[in-house]
Amino acid sequence: MNRDKRLNADDYLKQDVYDTASNGYIALTLALALILNFLPLPNYILLFRPDFVVLTILYWCVQYPHKMGMSVAFIMGLMMDVANVNILGQHALAYCIAVYLTLILCRRLRLFNTWRQAPQIGFILFVMQTTMILIAVLGGFRFPGWEYYFATVSGSLAWIPVSLLLSVPLKQKTDPNAL
Amino acid sequence: MKTAPPFFRHGPGPFAKLIVFTCLSCLLIVEDLRFKRFNEVRQIIGTIIFPLQRIAYAPTFIYDEVKNFIVHFNLLEENAKLRQQFLENQEYLLRFHALETENAKLRELLGAIERIEKSTETKTILSEILYTPRDPFSHKITLNKGIYHKVQLGQAVIDDKGVIGQITRTYPFSSEVTLLTDKNHSVPVQVLRNSLRSVISGTGKNNELELRYLSINIDIQPGDLLVTSGIGGVYPPGIPVAVVEKIEHSPSDDFSRIVSNPVAGVDRNRQVLILSMIQSPVEIPAEAKN
Repeated sequence: MNRDKRLNADDYLKQDVYDTASNGYIALTLALALILNFLPLPNYILLFRPDFVVLTILYWCVQYPHKMGMSVAFIMGLMMDVANVNILGQHALAYCIAVYLTLILCRRLRLFNTWRQAPQIGFILFVMQTTMILIAVLGGFRFPGWEYYFATVSGSLAWIPVSLLLSVPLKQKTDPNAL
Repeated sequence: MKTAPPFFRHGPGPFAKLIVFTCLSCLLIVEDLRFKRFNEVRQIIGTIIFPLQRIAYAPTFIYDEVKNFIVHFNLLEENAKLRQQFLENQEYLLRFHALETENAKLRELLGAIERIEKSTETKTILSEILYTPRDPFSHKITLNKGIYHKVQLGQAVIDDKGVIGQITRTYPFSSEVTLLTDKNHSVPVQVLRNSLRSVISGTGKNNELELRYLSINIDIQPGDLLVTSGIGGVYPPGIPVAVVEKIEHSPSDDFSRIVSNPVAGVDRNRQVLILSMIQSPVEIPAEAKN
């Protein structure tokens, strides 16, 4: 019964064919994600705001594991740490762990469509946020309370629009089956 | 020996990479927590991300501009209101002057030494909050003025109601404020009602400050206003800091737990003032010199 969860052979052929993303496009999306994360919002909205940077990193990790690696994740993490005025290395380590999990799962993840990827991304985000809390608590900060995990839920929900949006400019304009 | 063709090489595996980066981040975390090093790294990264923060701030900036434009139409009304406010304040000021001279006279009568007027000149820099982090761990905010605008470490930051915090890190074009509520931040205060001096510290929770190590029989009531005492030289005296909310006595403890709420709010307005105190060196009394 496991089969009906995955795309069957026909669906697999019907999948959209995408152009390879250029490095410039990846860099642009990462910069946009950073800007989204930096938006000055009221606290109660910030509680639910998904971490767009990690979602973007994970998306490229799933699609092009050879283009997106841990070094990029590490640098993005450092940027988030400096902007958030956290312990230097907190986001960096958490992002690296998220990327590691995605690299292991990326072949499996690509078998599913976006909707079914979301819960699995949610699991990765959960591990990531737990890492962040662990580092903060070990560093002598107060446990922030369970509402910190709201971002995990919103993150996995945001995975669907984020991955759809990111793939839009990469759709091939010509029909690959034309000939 | 032939090596594999380049397109088959993948570099080290994910697990090896993870270990390398984990070690690297652990090094950073420990250095940052224990030794507070890597300030340069923060400075560099801070400068790199500053343009992005600026762009993220643009919508609010535009919103402010539009609001300003609309406000222009109400300018006459506002002007009248401000004029009235000014007159009211003027009256207070006159009373204040009268009290000041009266105080000086009384001191003269009592033979008390004239109150040492520390010639502190306060210059203010108007600044806007650029970024408040989501993370509930960090009670810090970023302002849009930095070293370039002559912001220095240790300067006090206030809003229209009271103290917000203190500048703890400066970048070329932005600076970082540690809020009162930060666990490692303390302010010397006194109770306005009876000039009782103490030190107030953050608890790490939002909107909660604590007066520590005060005995059970101390004269503090809920509703007391705590203002800066000016001791320590960071904050100018007399700025409101917090209002006492509740006092708890637990029979097992020697001290009472005094919880108070900060007067100023970061989430309320975006403009804050950075106070720079230009202090004259403290004069040494004549007896000490000999």
